[in-house]
Amino acid sequence: MSRRSIDGTLIKQGAEAHVYKSTFLLPTVPSLIKVRPRKAYRHATLDLRLTKHRCVSEARLLNRCRTMGVPCPAVYFVDERNGEITMEWIEGPSIRELLQRLIDGSRDKRSEGEEEGEGEGESDVLSDSRVLDLMRQIGETVGKLHDIDIIHGDLTTSNLMLRKERRTTLETNSSENTETESNDGGIELLQGNYEVVLIDFGLGQVSVSDEDKAVDLYVLERAFISTHPKASGLFHTILEAYKKNSLGSGIVLRRLQEVRLRGRKKSMIG
Amino acid sequence: MTRFSFIRDLYPSHSRHNPTAQHMPAVFPRHQQTPFQQNPTNESSNSLTSYNQYISTMPIAIGLEGSANKLGVGIIRHTPSQPAEILANIRHTFVSPPGEGFLPKDTAIHHRSWVVKLVKQALRESGVAVADVDCICYTKGPGMGAPLQSVAIAARTLALLWDKPLVGVNHCVGHIEMGREITGADNPVVLYVSGGNTQVIAYADQRYRIFGEALDIAIGNCLDRFARTLNISNDPAPGYNIEQMAKRGKHLIDIPYTVKGMDCSFSGILGFIDAYATDMLSGADKRDPETGEPITPEDLCFSLQETAFAMLVEITERAMAHVGSSQVLIVGGVGCNERLQEMMGIMAAERGGSVYATDERFCIDNGIMIAHAGLLAFQTGFTTPIDESTCTQRFRTDEVLVKWRD
Repeated sequence: MSRRSIDGTLIKQGAEAHVYKSTFLLPTVPSLIKVRPRKAYRHATLDLRLTKHRCVSEARLLNRCRTMGVPCPAVYFVDERNGEITMEWIEGPSIRELLQRLIDGSRDKRSEGEEEGEGEGESDVLSDSRVLDLMRQIGETVGKLHDIDIIHGDLTTSNLMLRKERRTTLETNSSENTETESNDGGIELLQGNYEVVLIDFGLGQVSVSDEDKAVDLYVLERAFISTHPKASGLFHTILEAYKKNSLGSGIVLRRLQEVRLRGRKKSMIG
Repeated sequence: MTRFSFIRDLYPSHSRHNPTAQHMPAVFPRHQQTPFQQNPTNESSNSLTSYNQYISTMPIAIGLEGSANKLGVGIIRHTPSQPAEILANIRHTFVSPPGEGFLPKDTAIHHRSWVVKLVKQALRESGVAVADVDCICYTKGPGMGAPLQSVAIAARTLALLWDKPLVGVNHCVGHIEMGREITGADNPVVLYVSGGNTQVIAYADQRYRIFGEALDIAIGNCLDRFARTLNISNDPAPGYNIEQMAKRGKHLIDIPYTVKGMDCSFSGILGFIDAYATDMLSGADKRDPETGEPITPEDLCFSLQETAFAMLVEITERAMAHVGSSQVLIVGGVGCNERLQEMMGIMAAERGGSVYATDERFCIDNGIMIAHAGLLAFQTGFTTPIDESTCTQRFRTDEVLVKWRD
């Protein structure tokens, strides 16, 4: 089972997939190809089963999101036997990069000025209205996702991206989409209209269960706190927005409490 | 660079599995006065190091571990800019009969009956005089309540008897620090897998942060309980016996694969494979759909290992990608499993990194890791006053301030 070589440049080698930037049909239409290479550590049967299943399920989920109006890349082409999905190219930074830059930026600003107590830099970011807006957007997007009964399965700040909101859905031409390369890494995007785009549905599933949604949020919470320990205070803003914007949020958030406790209880026998 | 070759030498009688053989050395007879016939195994490697010149810059610690069914006593010496010296590392394990787990009550009795003997033996082997010991380290948690308490009492007694400071140690941090010390892994992503813990950990800002963990039961618990269903011996450890059986399995049955982000879940898997095994044992005809050959208990062990370990490797890889690390360190009892080490090694190699693992002396619960982590804390000025020398069943890895690292 040899896989064809990918026509494109490798831009990211994640844990599960290799991601290439390429073009689709026309040289002016940028696309992203996500390839799930064989994992040699896994039993071949298990590997094939997982790769196929994940590839098809990811494409289906992306499609479902797209139809229901949750921002995510559009699927162009699927080759599940080779574990490949060709999809829309999303231009913009990940929330992870953005938050990191904001935190570093405000710390630098501080250290240039007078010497103040440590932790001042973080509180800047924590109270920045643009950042709070961004957190609300994240909560809203995750809320929308859960309203259409999709569980992302791997919500981290790396799997949330920011992109300039497109004015019309029909007229988006990639050629006019040539984003001005920003040197501040997309921070200026926060000024205008932007949307939070969900990527990587590799571990997603369709489920109506509150438990699954709560676990989804728990995964995000844990990823958020461990990736941005200094900005962990921002997480409750995400939850607030989630609460306001998602229909079943009350039950899910109550369930989240239980999931948290369960996670903590796990520190038992050694 | 892996070091995992010693386990076979230590358990020569188990290199071939015989499910009908009845070796049950330390089965605990409940009503006897002196229940344990086995001699404690001596697992120290550097015990011949002569103890001659002691200066206060080379502190010595005794570590007492007993959070589960192993009672361990270790003595360690730290010398600036040199590897830590293991002066003694002794362990005695409470082994329950096949089909049974170890109950807290019985385990506590085991620890109480052995702790004095083990401490004496450790002191003798190390050649360390009581006067030269700088601190007594004990496992504060997490673990099973009753065994933890027995060992905490022993530690307090020693501290009062010898007038030494006490240091309460987080069991998980003990595993991580010992793994780092032995393997020389500098800043790895840590997979901590044992009977009670399944965590993917990375260090940041003076804490060992938990990136992923089992949301319900631990991997070791899953294996142990499955061993009970199949009536596999608990000697030397159920996981070890499953590993030996898995080597002879060849059919992979479809088992649920439950990874949620960097977390995973094993209770569903255990439920599934338990039901499958029960069906099989009660005579249901289970066959491999491709070859038509019957499914054996060995196949179940094989399938369980392949599936569960693939999940562990996957969440570890995810965490490595997330923090941008290429080193991985495996600690905890399940970390002895050579198949897990092999799978992790393949994954790490694909990422251009390497796996670090220790052998059973350091993977399985032991006293030396408690002594080591305790001494690290002690050297930063940390002690546990006697009236605060409690123990706790719940003690998160990330609750500990890791003052000894930058």
